[in-house]
Amino acid sequence: MKKIKINSNTLLLLITIALFVVMYAVGCILYSDKGFTNLQTFLNLLINNAGLLCVACGMTCVMLTGGIDISVGSLIALDCMLLAVGMERWNQNPILLCILVLAVGVVFGLVQGFCVGYLKIQPFIVTMAGMFFARGMTAVICTDQVSISNKFFVSLAQMKISIPFGAVTNRRGVLQIPFIRITVVIALVVLVLVFLMLRYTKFGRSLYAVGGNESSAVMMGLDVKRTKLKAYVLSSFLCSIGGICFCLNTMSGNVQQAKGLEMDAIASAVIGGTLLTGGVGNVIGSFFGVLINGTISTLVKTNGKLLSSWSSIAVAALLCFFIVLQSVFAKIKDSKK
Amino acid sequence: MNNIKKLTSKALFLPIFCMLLVMAANIIYDAANGNFALNFFTISVRNGVLYGRLIDILNRGSEIAILSIGMTLVVSSSAGTDISVGSVMSLAASFCCMLLAGYGTAATTELAVPLLVGVLGGILLACVCGAFNGFLVAYLNVQPMVATLILFSAARAIGLLCCNNLIVYVRNDSFKMFGGYLGFIPTPIVIAAGCILVMAILLKKTALGLYIQSVGINKKASRIAGLNSGKIIFLCYIVCGLMAGIAGIVASSRISSADSNNIGLNYELDAILAVALGGNSLGGGKFNLAGSVIGAYTIQAITTTLFALGVSSDQAPVYKAIIVIIIVAIQAPPFNAWVKRLSAKRALAKGGV
Repeated sequence: MKKIKINSNTLLLLITIALFVVMYAVGCILYSDKGFTNLQTFLNLLINNAGLLCVACGMTCVMLTGGIDISVGSLIALDCMLLAVGMERWNQNPILLCILVLAVGVVFGLVQGFCVGYLKIQPFIVTMAGMFFARGMTAVICTDQVSISNKFFVSLAQMKISIPFGAVTNRRGVLQIPFIRITVVIALVVLVLVFLMLRYTKFGRSLYAVGGNESSAVMMGLDVKRTKLKAYVLSSFLCSIGGICFCLNTMSGNVQQAKGLEMDAIASAVIGGTLLTGGVGNVIGSFFGVLINGTISTLVKTNGKLLSSWSSIAVAALLCFFIVLQSVFAKIKDSKK
Repeated sequence: MNNIKKLTSKALFLPIFCMLLVMAANIIYDAANGNFALNFFTISVRNGVLYGRLIDILNRGSEIAILSIGMTLVVSSSAGTDISVGSVMSLAASFCCMLLAGYGTAATTELAVPLLVGVLGGILLACVCGAFNGFLVAYLNVQPMVATLILFSAARAIGLLCCNNLIVYVRNDSFKMFGGYLGFIPTPIVIAAGCILVMAILLKKTALGLYIQSVGINKKASRIAGLNSGKIIFLCYIVCGLMAGIAGIVASSRISSADSNNIGLNYELDAILAVALGGNSLGGGKFNLAGSVIGAYTIQAITTTLFALGVSSDQAPVYKAIIVIIIVAIQAPPFNAWVKRLSAKRALAKGGV
């Protein structure tokens, strides 16, 4: 019986990795003439989804406690708008603004975490209010599209970090060296740190304990309220880091920015094997979830003929598939008991 | 003191109190601007139709009122909220306009299919969406908000596909009627009143209302008592989808087009807020339909007042989000326990003196 329990969770992760490989392989076969087989295409996947990766890491932590955070997309819009307006209208130092954005994330997380942990309000309601609040605040700050032209920020965004292998010569005979952007480095550092935190720190383990069974966590002497508060603070903080990465990618602030990103982040975590009921999952799965997400939108974009709404439909369908899969596994586990 | 306690414990206290608060704010605002203080309440007949701010609130609040009926049932039966209603509204509108105009047509004055087919098609699709949500929640035990999150993002996208990424205009008088006027009364008011009446009779005169509450209070116990809990939750979600469909048709008829990106935007927040404001616990169980409906019109009154104060539609959610959190925090058990402790302390202090 124990064997099945371990299997069903690792099975979800294996399905995810297999799905990613199959999807990418299909992309390579269908669009090999459009450069899908280049290393750079894969790296672009990371570049385009660096922000999402940070957000998904935070989302995974919150979902481990059995909660959810749907305010992330709006928070990113707020972050981008703060950065853009701060640099262009208020003429502030970019580094100062980044610190401000991170502080906003922490405060946002504190309020949400307090409501969820200490007032015991449903996480959905709290974070939904947070979602509308952040989107509204974005509009309060500025309703226009603001592009960033700050020199330091632009140079940061355009910095290329070359990869020493996988260079190809393109049709004109120019050698193209694959590269990543600074956002990818940030995102991967976040990923590794969160992975280590979840595995080796007391806080990380208590997240699993709270999500696995709240009452037994209380009996074990864990401060459940505080753990939940910390989880939401962490999520909003990582989301703010993601917001900075996102802003480095788009170089603008806009009220409608990152709309539906919460969906992508949740989908990534769920696809990566994080259970919605909490207690099971890790960020490596979420990493592959993000990659699958990115592959879908790249496939839709590379096709060129499909409407962009197809990618969100595909992500929603995948999310649905994995949710059903999870509940089927849960039912099997129940009946085995 | 006792009288106040009696008053505040009444089920409809919160929504009516908020409504009065909004009215008072309007009177003060009018008086401060040198207008007639009771401007808010004046109703007149202009161009053969009713005119006035109250009528406007009743008219514009119809969609939220319709949505809040479905939302109340969903909240009551499954202790979760349906956050896909806004998107489903948009999908129903898009599908209806696509049927009426024919796929790929951007603007039309001639209906491609009979009006009834288009409207019923839209509403039917919304019911299917509701059934999809209901299936996930009732039979697969998925958390309601996660289950509805799927359609929250997908429904709008499907709507865009239906309309081929266009805003489809249906400039036909028979279609415009749903958002226009029936005699001298705005049609949306009539539709909302009809929906409320039908649902109220259905819930009061049959045992359905009781069943829903019992499932919401304790799902397992209800099943043991012989109720088919899953079926009742499933039904509630279908009703919620149906209401979203009707609201979608009204909203699309108002602007005689299907604007997939903007129809029903942020309506999920309004609908949930209406339910919370109506004195219903978001934790499920007992519900009060009248409270939700009054709550819905209160929300619209707040929105109208905010617009009058010069707040743009993008910014309005900020205030509503704050109101939601305050209401839900007041309802939260730890907060109540804290208040009780505080009043006990005060009583103790009084007794000591």
